[in-house]
Amino acid sequence: MTRFTDRLLLLAAIVLIWFAAAAYAGDIAITPPLQTVRYLFGLLATASFWGHAGATLLAFLAALVISILGGVMLGLAFGLRRFAGDVAEPIIASLYTIPKVTLYPVMLLIFGLGMPAKIAFGVIHGLVPVLLFTLAAVKNLSPTLWRTARALRLTPMQTALTVLAPAVLPEIVSGVRVGFALTLLGVLIGEMFASQRGLGFLIVNGINIHNVPMTTSVAVLVVTFAVLANSAMMALDRRAHRVR
Amino acid sequence: MTRSTALAWARVAVVVAIVVLLEALCRTGIIKPLTLVPPSLMLTDLYRLLVSGDITDDIVQTFLEVGTAFAIAGAVGFALGALVHALPRLRQALDPLLAAWYAIPLFVFYPLLVALFGLTVLPLIAIGVGFATPAMMIATLTGLDRVPPVLRRVARMHRLSPLSTIWRVILPSAAPYLFGGLKLSFAYAFIGVIAGEFILSGGGLGYGIAYAYESFENRKMYALMLFVLLLAVGVNAVLQSLESHIARKRSRQ
Repeated sequence: MTRFTDRLLLLAAIVLIWFAAAAYAGDIAITPPLQTVRYLFGLLATASFWGHAGATLLAFLAALVISILGGVMLGLAFGLRRFAGDVAEPIIASLYTIPKVTLYPVMLLIFGLGMPAKIAFGVIHGLVPVLLFTLAAVKNLSPTLWRTARALRLTPMQTALTVLAPAVLPEIVSGVRVGFALTLLGVLIGEMFASQRGLGFLIVNGINIHNVPMTTSVAVLVVTFAVLANSAMMALDRRAHRVR
Repeated sequence: MTRSTALAWARVAVVVAIVVLLEALCRTGIIKPLTLVPPSLMLTDLYRLLVSGDITDDIVQTFLEVGTAFAIAGAVGFALGALVHALPRLRQALDPLLAAWYAIPLFVFYPLLVALFGLTVLPLIAIGVGFATPAMMIATLTGLDRVPPVLRRVARMHRLSPLSTIWRVILPSAAPYLFGGLKLSFAYAFIGVIAGEFILSGGGLGYGIAYAYESFENRKMYALMLFVLLLAVGVNAVLQSLESHIARKRSRQ
C-alpha cells in the first residue's frame, strides 16, 4: 500500500514541476496540466488524431516485429558460433553508441519518404539491444545444459525447443523490453523529420505552427504510453526471470 | 597466435571486408552515388574539410557541449544515485520512471528548454544531460547495491569514520560499475547532443549534417557522418580498453 502512495506522491511531484515550468516559461513553451488534459480529450474525439495514432502504431508494430525476429535470430546465430560471436559482439556494441539520428538522411535516401523509412529507423534503434541480449544469453549458457542434451540424445530440434529456448527466454524478454522502448523512440524521431503522418509529426507540427497545447498533449500521451508499456514489460521481465 | 589476437585480426578483417564491399558496390554503380558515396571518397572529403578549417567551429562547439553535458551528468548522476540509494522509499517510487527513461523521446521538450534557457547552446547541453544522467544514476545504484556486506562489516570493525569508509571501502568496491556508468553517460551525452543539434540547432556537427542533407551536399554530409561515426567508435574503444585494463589490474590484486 505504501508503494501505491509513493507512486502517487511521485506523480504529484511531476505534476507540480509541470505546473511550475508552465508558470515560469509561459504559454509559448508548455501548457499547464489541466488545459493539456482538456485539449487531449478534445483531440481524442477527432477522427484525424486516430489516423495519426494508427499510422504510428502500424509503423511501430512492424518495426518491433522485425527488430525482435531479426535480433533473436542473429543473436542465436552469433551466440551458437563462438568465434563469430566474439568477433561480432564489440562491433555490434559500438554500433549501439553511434548517434543513429545522423543516419536518418541515409535511411531517407535508401527508402524514400514515408512508412518504410520510419520502420527502418525504428529497426536500427531496436534491433541491436535484442541482438546483444540474446547473444549474451546464448554465450553464457551453462555447458552442463549442452552435455545433458547430448547425454539424453536429443535431436537438434528437441535441444532447441526444450533446452535452448527456455534457458535464454528470460534474457530475450529483457532485450525485448529495451528494444521496445528504443523502437518506439526511433519511429517517433523518424516521424518528427520527414513524415506527414503520425504522432511524431503532430508534435513537430505543433512546434512549427506554435500550437503549444497540441505539442504538450501529444508529448504527454507518448510519455505516458512509454512509461506504462515499460512498466508492464518490467513485470513480465521479472516473472520470466523468477520462473527459472 | 593467441585467441585474443586472432579475434582482433578477425574483427579488423570483417570491418575491412565491409568497407571494401561498400566501395566496390559504389564504384560499380550498383549503389547510386546519390544514395551512398564511396568510403574512400568520404575519407578524402573529410580530410579536405578538416584541413580547410570549415568545420573547426562546429567541432569545437560539439566538443564543448558534449564535454559539459558529460561532466554535469557524471557528477549529478553520481550524487543523485548515492542520495536515492540512501532513501529506499524514494528509490522504489522512482524505479518505474528510471526504467522507462530511455523510452521517453526527450526532444519533445525542446520548446520548453528553449523557453527556459533561451536560444543558446544551453538547451542542447540540457538534452545531453537529460540523456546521460539516468545512466550514471542507475550505474551508481547498481554499484552501491553490489558492495559486499562483509566489506561494510570490516570497515565497522576497523572503526573507520563514515568518510573514510566511503573513500577506502565503498568507492573502490563500486568502481567498476561507476566506470561503466561513465562510459554509458558519455555515449548518451554524445547521442543526445548530436541528435539535438541535428533536429534543432544552428551549429555543431549534427547541424552540419542536417544542413548538408537539406542543401543536397551529399559528399559533405557523408564526410561529416564518417567523422561522427569514427569519433563515437574511437572514444568508445578507448574507454573500453581502459575498462578492461582496470578490470585486469583488479583481478591481479
